[in-house]
Amino acid sequence: MMKKLTLSALTALGLSAGAAMAAEGGHTHDVDFSFEGPFGSFDQMQLQRGLQVFTEVCSACHGLRYVPIRTLSDEGGPEIPEDQVRAYAANLSEIMDPELDDFRARTPNDHFPMSSLENAPDLSLMAKARAGYHGPYGTGLSQLFNGIGGPEHIVSILTGYTGEEKEEAGTIYYENTAFAGGWIAMAPPLGGEDVEFADGHSNELHHEAEDVAAFLTWAAEPKMMARKQAGFTAVLFLVILSVLLYLTNKAIWAPIKKRAKEA
Amino acid sequence: MAGIPHDHYEPKTGIEKWVHTRLPVVALVYDTIMIPTPKNLNWMWIWGIILTFCLALQIATGIVLVMHYTPHVDMAFASVEHIMRDVNGGHMLRYLHANGASLFFFAVYLHIFRGLYYGSYKAPREITWIIGMLIYLLMMGTGFMGYVLPWGQMSFWGATVITGLFGAIPFIGEPIQTWLLGGPAVDNATLNRFFSLHYLLPFVIAGLVLVHIWAFHNTGNNNPTGVEVRRGSKEDAKKDTVPFWPYFVIKDLFALAVILAVFFAIVGFMPNYLGHPDNYTEANPLATPAHIVPEWYFLPFYAILRAFTADVWIVMFFNWITGGIVDAKFFGVLAMFGAIIAMALTPWLDTSSVRSGRYRPMFKWWFALLAIDFVVLMWAGAMPAEPPYSTISLIGAAYWFAYFFVILPLLGVIEKPTTPPATIEEDFDAHYGKSTAAE
Repeated sequence: MMKKLTLSALTALGLSAGAAMAAEGGHTHDVDFSFEGPFGSFDQMQLQRGLQVFTEVCSACHGLRYVPIRTLSDEGGPEIPEDQVRAYAANLSEIMDPELDDFRARTPNDHFPMSSLENAPDLSLMAKARAGYHGPYGTGLSQLFNGIGGPEHIVSILTGYTGEEKEEAGTIYYENTAFAGGWIAMAPPLGGEDVEFADGHSNELHHEAEDVAAFLTWAAEPKMMARKQAGFTAVLFLVILSVLLYLTNKAIWAPIKKRAKEA
Repeated sequence: MAGIPHDHYEPKTGIEKWVHTRLPVVALVYDTIMIPTPKNLNWMWIWGIILTFCLALQIATGIVLVMHYTPHVDMAFASVEHIMRDVNGGHMLRYLHANGASLFFFAVYLHIFRGLYYGSYKAPREITWIIGMLIYLLMMGTGFMGYVLPWGQMSFWGATVITGLFGAIPFIGEPIQTWLLGGPAVDNATLNRFFSLHYLLPFVIAGLVLVHIWAFHNTGNNNPTGVEVRRGSKEDAKKDTVPFWPYFVIKDLFALAVILAVFFAIVGFMPNYLGHPDNYTEANPLATPAHIVPEWYFLPFYAILRAFTADVWIVMFFNWITGGIVDAKFFGVLAMFGAIIAMALTPWLDTSSVRSGRYRPMFKWWFALLAIDFVVLMWAGAMPAEPPYSTISLIGAAYWFAYFFVILPLLGVIEKPTTPPATIEEDFDAHYGKSTAAE
């Protein structure tokens, strides 16, 4: 009985999350990212390419207000050398310094600029703020195997334009198979061959989309590598502890159970 | 401790006697951890330790998170990101705290259902049960207010919806809602008071946990047979029990280690699985999310809240006899709190002379159905409030109330229970005496 109960409770726990996100629609197509699964890690070169796509394309409208620029050189991220990060920061838009009461050039200790276009959402957390997978039956159990699907959702949006447009109340909407409702206000940001990668990597549309999605995943979860490492160490330690405690438990109960056998 | 006769602490050396005559603290600790415990407790009796651990974990991680968090509508969301990015180990602290709440509720539900199945609520343990229900209510309040603090979209809109429930109370609802929020809508005043209470309530819970433990140390633990420990003499009691230390401490620690291994796998590898993506978007009073859903642990009661719409006959009936004072919204609120009160009243609703569900052939099936009902309601609570989900919620809610107010009282009269073993020792020997596999 209790086993059944435990099982149903476990199922319930599974139901929970996903349950939450049944509402949004849109088609998400699966991408095999290097950072998926307990052992996956960011591909440093891909993050650097993604940063380039973000800088040359996305940042025209979108900001990354929660991301400190210095973290670009942190371990487990794009790991760009500090002098390059300093130069990168200086190239960004100037920042208002309340102490100087004037604008000044950005330094690595500042954050990325905010969105320059009012209705362009900030992208700092976008890879965690959307779910690509909801099913089956709104239970969210598929997320156990696929992940929540944030980066996949970004790729699907960037590659999901059909080319159809419509105008409503003075705004142009673009048909997009990944966007809930099917029509998005963002004009297709990438068409393929938008940037030249220094490492010679292909700049076809889906490569650019995957690279920038990977970069935004890092931007949203910069401590992912440290977190997985900590999780792995903790699980390993706890499994060993469990075995030791199991043996201890068995040993201390043995005489009590033996007495029962003799009774 | 009164109750089961057992050996008490005897100070032996001079210093022990000196301390003992002034403050018998060693005796208190000794008698607490050496309490005679029924030796046939099964694995469903581990959740108490897990829950104690959860409370300690939440308080420890919470105290550090507070050092870096800013309770202000303009800064709360950014301060959480500051914790995630700049604070040493901050991302782990926050994920431990957020998922710790889920583990806390997961354990409390299994703990409650354990009690419901084995009749732990029955005399003489009613006060233990009632205090447990109070702890559970405070946990719900604390969990809800904690979810508001990151000031994401779901924080804001969840707070708006849930405090709106109080507005449904006739006549005095709106003043109460305004008083709770500190203004006409969820705003900075709300965030500040929720922060204050979110810090306070866990310590109230800790106090109640001590009373909860005190209460059942007085009556002794229930056990899977529901048969009481023999108390005629120390020798008889010893045949039914073993001291809590080391037998159950080690067993519980083993269970804790296994559960923590799973817990850390979730924290390390999928920390956002149980959360809602919308909460990574900063609160915006002007943009309502397509779907406002509470955290998973509130879903069954959220489903009951939404189940009673204006077209349900019982709602129409109450609306009519109260002259419109009880509308569908208020009825839903009453149903939600009623569903929890029903659990609290179980000691007086269960009329059976047998305590443990193990010896109640009909009860077993109704109880299994209740457990399934709970899971179905959890799922329905996450779905949109439209057919067929609204119908499923209504059936689930109806069964919930039927179980407590109709089935439990009736079963005691019509059911013929089987005979429980005469003693705990007999049960234990029957289990381990034969060639059963060792645990």
